[in-house]
Amino acid sequence: MKVAVASGKGGTGKTTLSVALALSVEEPVSLLDCDVEEPNCHLFLPKHEPMQTREVFVPVPHIDESLCDNCGACARFCQFNAIASLGVKTLVFSDLCHSCGGCAKICPKGAITEMDKLIGKIGSFRIGELFFAGGTLDVGQPISPPLIKEVLKSVPGSRDGLVIVDSPPGTSCPMVAAVSEADFVILVTEPTPFGLHDLKIAVETIREIRKPHCVVINRCDSGDDRVEQYCDKQGIQIALKIPDSRNMAVAYSQGKTMLDAMPEMRPGLESMINNVILQQKRK
Amino acid sequence: MKIAFSSSGDSLESPFESRFGRCRKFIVLNDADDSVEVVDNTQNLNAAQGAGIQAAQNVANAGVQCVVSGHCGPKAFMTLDAAGIKVYTCESRGSVADALDAFKKGELPQLAGADVNGHWQ
Repeated sequence: MKVAVASGKGGTGKTTLSVALALSVEEPVSLLDCDVEEPNCHLFLPKHEPMQTREVFVPVPHIDESLCDNCGACARFCQFNAIASLGVKTLVFSDLCHSCGGCAKICPKGAITEMDKLIGKIGSFRIGELFFAGGTLDVGQPISPPLIKEVLKSVPGSRDGLVIVDSPPGTSCPMVAAVSEADFVILVTEPTPFGLHDLKIAVETIREIRKPHCVVINRCDSGDDRVEQYCDKQGIQIALKIPDSRNMAVAYSQGKTMLDAMPEMRPGLESMINNVILQQKRK
Repeated sequence: MKIAFSSSGDSLESPFESRFGRCRKFIVLNDADDSVEVVDNTQNLNAAQGAGIQAAQNVANAGVQCVVSGHCGPKAFMTLDAAGIKVYTCESRGSVADALDAFKKGELPQLAGADVNGHWQ
C-alpha cells in the first residue's frame, strides 16, 4: 500500500512527517523521496550502508540532417515548442521535450530517432526493515516527473508492505506525479493564511484525481483555527496535530527526527498510519 | 526588407511591446513599399513554455529579416539566428512608429546574443 505525504505550501513538514512515519512502523516499510529537486529524507535517516545509485534517462529527439528536408511536421506536432522548424533548419530544444515520441512517429522522412538524455539519478539503501530510494534531478533540468515516476518504480518487486512517498511541494505536475499511484494521501499544512490557501488548492487537486485523503496540522498551536474550520466544513479528517516545538527545530538542524525530538508523538503517528491501513483494507 | 516589431496592438500607432515571445502581434513593415502587415502571436499568450521559440517561427514564416523587440532570450535568439534574422532591441515605451523611427535613424543596438536569461536558468 502506498501512502503519499504531500502539501500545497512548501516547508510544512512533509519530510519530517514522512521520515517519522517510516521509522515508527515495525513492519517492512519503504520510504521514497520524490522531492527530486531538493531531496533531503536521507539526511534524517540513521547510519546506513553506502547508497547504490543508478542514472535515469529520458528519450529526446535527434534529427539526422541528411534525411531532414525541414518540412516542419515535427514542429507543428510538438505541443511543447521543443522543435523549431525554420524552412532552412530544424532545431531541437531537448530541455523543453516531454518525451512523448510523437515527432519521431510523424516524421515523413524517418529523420528523427530518440536518444537517451541523462536527467538525474536514484540512490537507494536499506536499514534493517526499511528500504529507502530517492531521486536527485540534475541541476538545470526543468522537467522532473519522469524521474519521480522512476523513483516510484524502485521498490524491489519482492517487497510488499507499506510504501511512504515524500512528495514535492505545490500542486503542479511533479506533485501529481508523486501522488498518482498512492492509495491514500496525507496533506500536511500549518494553521496560517498561507497554509490554508495552499491546502485548499491541494485538496482540489487531490479530489480531482480522486484520492482518499486526510490532513495533518503541523505547528498546530501557532496561527489560528481557520484550517480546522475549513476541514470541518469540507468533511476532511484531521488525523494528527503536531505542536510547535523549539526542540523539533533544533533536532531538525542536527539531522534528527521528530521521534528524537518529540517521542510523545510516536503513538499518534502509529495510530494514524494503522487507521489509514485499516481504512484501505476495508475497501 | 521586412522588419517585425513586437506590439500589443495591430497598427503602427499601437504600443510597442517589450516582450518578444508573449507579445500579442507583430507589426511587420516592408520598407520597399512601406506596406504594413500584422502577424498574429496570440497563440503564445497562454503557452506553457517555448513562447520565444514559437514567436521566432512566426516571424520567420512571415519572411522578415529583422526583429525589433525589448529583449530576447537564449532560445528565441538561437531560433531567430538559425533563420538568419537580425535582432535589435528598443527601450521605447511609445508606439511602434516611435520604435520604427529609432530603427531608421540607426539608434537601436543589434544583439550578438541573448540579452536576458531563459526562464529556467
